[in-house]
Amino acid sequence: MSTMTQSAATALDLLTSADAALWTIVARSLAVSATACALACGAGLVLGAWLGVARFAGRGAVLAVLNTLLAVPSVVVGLGVYLLLSRSGPLGAWGWLFSFKAMVLAQAILVLPVVTALTRQLVEDAERAHGEQLRSLGAGPLLRSLLLAWDERYALLTVLIAAFGRAISEVGAVMIVGGNIDGFTRVMTTAIALETSKGDLPLALALGFVLLGVVLALNVCIALLRRWRERVDGAVTGPTIGVAA
Amino acid sequence: MSARPWAETPAATPACDASGASPLFELQRVDVRYGRLHALAAVDLRVVPGERLALVGANGSGKSTLLRVLHGLAAPTAGQLLREPASRQAMLFQRPFMLRASALNNVALGLWLGGVPWKPARLQALAALRRVGLLEAAAQNARTLSGGQQQRLALARAWARRPDVLLLDEPTASLDPHAKREVEALMADFGAGHGAAGPAHPVTMVFSSHNLGQVKRLASRVVYLEHGRVMADLPVHDFFHGPLPEAARLFVKGEMV
Repeated sequence: MSTMTQSAATALDLLTSADAALWTIVARSLAVSATACALACGAGLVLGAWLGVARFAGRGAVLAVLNTLLAVPSVVVGLGVYLLLSRSGPLGAWGWLFSFKAMVLAQAILVLPVVTALTRQLVEDAERAHGEQLRSLGAGPLLRSLLLAWDERYALLTVLIAAFGRAISEVGAVMIVGGNIDGFTRVMTTAIALETSKGDLPLALALGFVLLGVVLALNVCIALLRRWRERVDGAVTGPTIGVAA
Repeated sequence: MSARPWAETPAATPACDASGASPLFELQRVDVRYGRLHALAAVDLRVVPGERLALVGANGSGKSTLLRVLHGLAAPTAGQLLREPASRQAMLFQRPFMLRASALNNVALGLWLGGVPWKPARLQALAALRRVGLLEAAAQNARTLSGGQQQRLALARAWARRPDVLLLDEPTASLDPHAKREVEALMADFGAGHGAAGPAHPVTMVFSSHNLGQVKRLASRVVYLEHGRVMADLPVHDFFHGPLPEAARLFVKGEMV
């Protein structure tokens, strides 16, 4: 048997034998990314909806910055959060560096522009199509943004799932601010990087399988949501969003 | 109705005309420009209570812009819009927007946005749905209703707000003949004095249409627009049977073919 098939077989053993170390890492990854997404979505949905409707001087510059932040590498976000949380940084007194909280903060910052930008686009399209009718009913910008975001809730669910996919599959930010400490801040992606460098391919592969499984589950969720929307509304008008590992 | 973005100049209520009727709207030399496009050019118009005014003209002639100006959705770039400050108004669009919610909640939301608390709004919405024959669809997702039903739902949403003036932008343009008849019947009913404010309170209507048969059936007065200018402003009988400017005559002839 080649190294690859041997490693894959051992990885499957680890998965099926409920290996405690592996599933602890998986649980921690899910917890970090879910918490980060919840925080980022709380702010990003409101901010994105408002940006989709509001018109103000400098809006173009704000959107340019937002779109730029979409492409920021996770290691750069990690570096920024590291500088903020390091002992000499402005938030050093919190003592969050190399902790669960630090990883959540880094992933939330990483995902926030994704949620904000996609929400902004959805709500802006809806505002272009229907905003005038809501205005004719007496809805001001804030109410319009909330109503249109609520009306696009199924499309926004897919945005949330996509954001979760982005969070759980990143490695740079959590590696820098979490430190990949065994049993404490080690998550799937940092563990894969470490185990691969050590040559422990079975654990890295097993974690890789789980990560792929999570991303597959997210995409299945998106497909099911779309199908449900088709049944509820008769037609789908929202964008197609997928998750990449 | 509260919170409407009125665009009129801060002028006084329009003066009464010779018959003593105080106009609901008065446009004086109103211009609307979108960049280089002159959507409305020096439009003078008075609308008095109880009128059923039809706006006709080719696509791009300024009908929709005029309605949007009357409703405060577009601001005149020159001229003055005077309006009766106490009048309430509602507007219907060619393709009404319904939220992903029940028909009942869509109507109630329109009332809530007008300042009615949610619980009474839902009760009033039920009455409005009954008025347009959609009571049985109250709990149905508004997006799943047919085009004609959605337009009737939009009429219910407008009617529930007890408007003095109803502005309608080609309300039957995208409907099949059966749905068209249903919507037209409701418009006629509102215009004939069965508005939400009571039997002796006809709703003043300003509507745009390409359907000259509909204009004949519903309007009391017709305004013909071309390139943003009012080319004819006549009682409905005179518009169809009297002499017309050449452009309006050709339009009527073309549309009636």
